[in-house]
Amino acid sequence: MVAGCLIATASLVPLGYVLVTTAQLGVGEAVDFLWRPRVGELLWNTVRLLIAGVAGCLLIGVAGAWVVERTDLPRRGLWHALMCAPLAVPAFVNGYGWVATNAPVQSFAGAVMVTTLSYFPFVYLPTVAAMRRLDPGVEEVATTLGHAPWRVFWAVTLPAISPAVLGGALLVGLHLLAEYGALQLLNYPTLTTAILQQYATVFNGPAATLLALVLVTFCLLLLLAEHRLRGRRPLARVGSGASRSVVRVPLGRHRVTVTVGLVLLASLSLAVPVVSLVRWLVKGTSAEVDIPRLMSAILTTLGLGAAGGLLATVLAIPVVWLAVRHRSALTTVVERSVYTASAMPGIVIGLALVTISIRVVPSLYQTVVVLLIGYVVLFLPRAVVSLRATVELIPASLDDVARSLGCRGSEVMRRVALPLALPGLAAAAALVALAVSTELTATLLLAPTGTDTLATRFWSEASSVAYGAAAPYALALVVLSIPATWLLGSLSTPGEHRDHHVVRRQR
Amino acid sequence: MIAALEVRDLVVGYAGQPVLRGIDLTVPSGVTAVVGPSGCGKTTLLRTIAGFLAPDSGTVSIAGQQVAGAHRSVPARSRGLGFVPQEGALFPHLTVAANVAFGLPRSERRGLTRARELLALVDLPDQLLDRYPRDLSGGQQQRVALARALAPRPALVLLDEPFSSLDAGLREGTGRAVVAALRSAGASALIVTHDQGEALSLADQVAVMIGGRFLQVSSPAQVYLAPADPRVASFIGHATLLPGVATTRAAATCALGALRLSRAVETGPVQIAVRAEQVQVHRAGGLGVEGVVEEVSFYGHDAAATVRLHGGERIAARIPATGVPESGVRVRVEVLGEVVAFAGESGLAARETS
Repeated sequence: MVAGCLIATASLVPLGYVLVTTAQLGVGEAVDFLWRPRVGELLWNTVRLLIAGVAGCLLIGVAGAWVVERTDLPRRGLWHALMCAPLAVPAFVNGYGWVATNAPVQSFAGAVMVTTLSYFPFVYLPTVAAMRRLDPGVEEVATTLGHAPWRVFWAVTLPAISPAVLGGALLVGLHLLAEYGALQLLNYPTLTTAILQQYATVFNGPAATLLALVLVTFCLLLLLAEHRLRGRRPLARVGSGASRSVVRVPLGRHRVTVTVGLVLLASLSLAVPVVSLVRWLVKGTSAEVDIPRLMSAILTTLGLGAAGGLLATVLAIPVVWLAVRHRSALTTVVERSVYTASAMPGIVIGLALVTISIRVVPSLYQTVVVLLIGYVVLFLPRAVVSLRATVELIPASLDDVARSLGCRGSEVMRRVALPLALPGLAAAAALVALAVSTELTATLLLAPTGTDTLATRFWSEASSVAYGAAAPYALALVVLSIPATWLLGSLSTPGEHRDHHVVRRQR
Repeated sequence: MIAALEVRDLVVGYAGQPVLRGIDLTVPSGVTAVVGPSGCGKTTLLRTIAGFLAPDSGTVSIAGQQVAGAHRSVPARSRGLGFVPQEGALFPHLTVAANVAFGLPRSERRGLTRARELLALVDLPDQLLDRYPRDLSGGQQQRVALARALAPRPALVLLDEPFSSLDAGLREGTGRAVVAALRSAGASALIVTHDQGEALSLADQVAVMIGGRFLQVSSPAQVYLAPADPRVASFIGHATLLPGVATTRAAATCALGALRLSRAVETGPVQIAVRAEQVQVHRAGGLGVEGVVEEVSFYGHDAAATVRLHGGERIAARIPATGVPESGVRVRVEVLGEVVAFAGESGLAARETS
């Protein structure tokens, strides 16, 4: 409990920073600044991107999961891999890929398309995992009650998997609010890109903090909406006996349409950015590739990714445990405070930590410690979401039995909960490592001088329109992201039952 | 001899709502079944004894040692109890051997000796040792769960509806095997169930709980033949309750005519419990009161029928398989043997507390 509260407090530091700085400004000045057409335009841009982007990701993610998991589509393993693969292309690399093709994507439609193509796996992955855990018997019953496949999906499958879908949608929404790199390249101004511009012109100015406050409000509203929708429905599987294999819906004459759709999706989300990147790599030989510099950036990125992934996962354990096993108003606050940080643009977290480290612990300023703290605050929500999905499925009766057999709390954790949550832990670590290795804005701010990651090197080239020089770093980012993406995808390989919980028969 | 379990004046509530309202129970040794309709509080009792819930007042003592009471509360892990929840709840990530050895001290966990012993005790083959729970049938899972609970040699094992998830064919065999294993391990047991047949056939002592109270705690035969409360008679014996008047201390009249009583009551209004197998159904003509067969369920070895009397009373009867009437047929019903009567206005007692 204490650990959970500490972690929550640390996660709230950036929010506190924004609030305190805003409070120091005074209401009059704040209202004057915020009541301007330019701010209205930024708000409108942000809101419509949020709505369109989340809707797009939900549509693609859920439909894709259903097609892969519940229909007789051939080569499902391949399609599953292709649906996960966009995770390996960071949004700003995707944006770079599209912009560098000279396609007309610097518009609202372009921004929605590029961000949707980058973020739909956040919905797809948890949805596929949840569908696999679902007892097919429930769907079979609905079918025998005379429901058509789409009706079964709508009335039975969707409500059952809704927590996973909502968790994914929340993640997408928070990402859209915090996205900087891709939107900057696409020349689509939102609150977040405006905050960065403000910071760049006036270091730590009040205007940026005010915009950040508006952004944080959005984040809180999003969290509230998700919380309301999730409710307190029990998620435990109801049913008996071992899970059987699913009876797949025959696609019939729609098979061609579905396949064409998937091919199109894969081309847009993967082929376009990768081809564009390779083209610039070939074209850009004029700009000498500095091999030692590239290598050192790779090593730095790997090290930071591993450290950040492990740290965030370890810290996610108490947060998830409290939220699932000891649900109360306080533990919900703990869990939600962790989430709030993820909607903060990296730069807000970065500047909060810079300011605080200079004022409170100057010895830590410009060290890797502060950078890692920043990563943890930023990416703990991913670890929590991913871990929570697994932990929620561990029946509480296992805890009871372990305790009656003489285990204290820590032993229950070590001998029962953690081994069962292992897939969730691995997924959490991989997700965070992936996020850290492609993180841009906070890294720009917090990395000690001379510590270059692939993302920061890429950005300094790409933002000065040196597409050729940026290409090797972009490629390295993609290649580095592949193992983590592969791990995430294989944790939910279609057709395999890695789920340990099939023996449980909850009443 | 020290009782395996002693519960005194136990009161437990959820969020201000009392669930158990003053429970007394002694399990001297052997198997005690707590039986009652769903929602009566029997699982709450089990979880309080196990230490997962704290009582509002009252005491729980296990093997003479107080584990819950005014001044002390021993945590669940130190109560030295075996616990078998519904569905068994085997650890899905561990093999059968590791499941069984889970509660043993670290040094004993490695060897397979104890796990083998326990599998033999619950009548399962050695080959199952390295299987995972998902490879076992429901009945096997339940036996492994019992073996796991018995491994640390507890004096008392708590079983929460242990057979309710098994299909009928498995239930009886598993139940007998579980009780046999408990006896040969020398452990006492408290089994919670909603199945009267299970309680009566498996237990040495039956405690009938309704509405958070024990209405009767005695041997299976006593509970069945000499119910202490009309609700016990109707829950355990599927008895029909009829209003009547005790004309003497040993006889009463009701819609079924004049009946002899198995135990004396004050003269005046009474409630009479007629067990289904006491009711004889004759084709029209012969002895007894006239009625119409309303419903018949044929089981093979016998049948259950409901007969409606002229006054509207519905009487449950068990009929041998050879003479089953069809529904709608006029019959005569006669009561064999003595019946139990409860003093007081009919129906009132039941309505007040249910």
